[in-house]
Amino acid sequence: MEEGVVGKMILVITTNKEKLHYFEFVRPVEDILKLKSLNFCRVHFKNLKKYDLKNFDKVIICGTSLRDNDFLLYIKNFEWIKDFDKPVLGICAGMHMIGKVFNGSLKKKTEIGLRKLDFKENFLGLFGEKEVYELHNYYINLDSLKDFNVFSFSFDKVPQAIKHKKRNIYGVLFHPEVRNRELIENFALS
Amino acid sequence: MKLGILFSGGKDSCYAAYISKKEGYEIGCLITVASENKESYMFHTPSIKMVKKQAEVMGLPLIFFNTKGEKDKELLDLKKAIEEGIKKYNIKGVVSGAVESVYQSSNIQKICNELNMDCFNPLWKKNQYELLGEIIKNKFFVIITGVFAYPLNKNWLGRKIDEKFLQDIKELNEKYKINISGEGGEYESFVLNCGLFKRKLRIIGFKDYGEKNSWRRELLVK
Repeated sequence: MEEGVVGKMILVITTNKEKLHYFEFVRPVEDILKLKSLNFCRVHFKNLKKYDLKNFDKVIICGTSLRDNDFLLYIKNFEWIKDFDKPVLGICAGMHMIGKVFNGSLKKKTEIGLRKLDFKENFLGLFGEKEVYELHNYYINLDSLKDFNVFSFSFDKVPQAIKHKKRNIYGVLFHPEVRNRELIENFALS
Repeated sequence: MKLGILFSGGKDSCYAAYISKKEGYEIGCLITVASENKESYMFHTPSIKMVKKQAEVMGLPLIFFNTKGEKDKELLDLKKAIEEGIKKYNIKGVVSGAVESVYQSSNIQKICNELNMDCFNPLWKKNQYELLGEIIKNKFFVIITGVFAYPLNKNWLGRKIDEKFLQDIKELNEKYKINISGEGGEYESFVLNCGLFKRKLRIIGFKDYGEKNSWRRELLVK
């Protein structure tokens, strides 16, 4: 990764151990940023160092596949989220790690495919009923997420979209790079 | 990781296999599920039997599974085919050429999850114009073997996917919303040569079937 980059820059953090997953979970996010002519850098979470972060204005933590769960063993590599004072968006695996860093616990729940969600309030441009694409085996338990507001649930208890009460830390369990791409655009452009 | 490729013989599954190999993965086998039901959303492909010749020139084992193509049963047959790949070739992951179809992709994800298999979709959500451009740039020799949407007709059968094709299909996309990579089943293709093949396949015969805007070409290759 380059250091000392000047100007607005988004950091895209990858969580996949298997590099072939880049094409499915990271490239679609990068394509959205490219279409909006936004500058970004990509780094795997294991190669991220604290001093890198100060060069970036926003961070997106991407998801990975249902069976590629190596990242769950490396909560320490995500501790920086606690002190980072700029916007962060965690997608699926990214949301898992945001939740874990804020003392959340992971629970098992598999959802695969399209599902309708109800957004009671505007969440990065999503409002009302929206069809989202799900691909996860786990979720972050709501009871342990004291610092976050939940904007949408599935099954009455599975938080699908969360935001920190005081800071611009967002998490989505569904995959906005598949459906509702405007969520990523709105996060990146806001 | 050793992978099984869900393989229809068309450009997308072949290009997904090509990317997997390029990224350093070992291809353990090709997996083809051939549907007798021409309305099948998952597996209906013209010239499907010729995947046997493609597997030969790729030097890869092929699991060829026939299915009647009834909606839920064909998914069970796909599961059985993948299980055979696990048993015979010790595959740990499955690769599909899904680009846009959430129906197709979700079904494959569910089956892989049940079987503890990792599931890879390297073409997922890729810009379709760029995808065709990459396939052409990487010197894939691909021809059209089926057309199923207005205004495509019999004249498109046998056309090579090249720059001219790309421009023509782009125009039809703008005018008639024809999906550029044929993801909605507007057209089907067959790969005669690419970087995974040891030699080019030669067409030794073909028969065309259909009417109006729905045609398929059954190839004989060697």
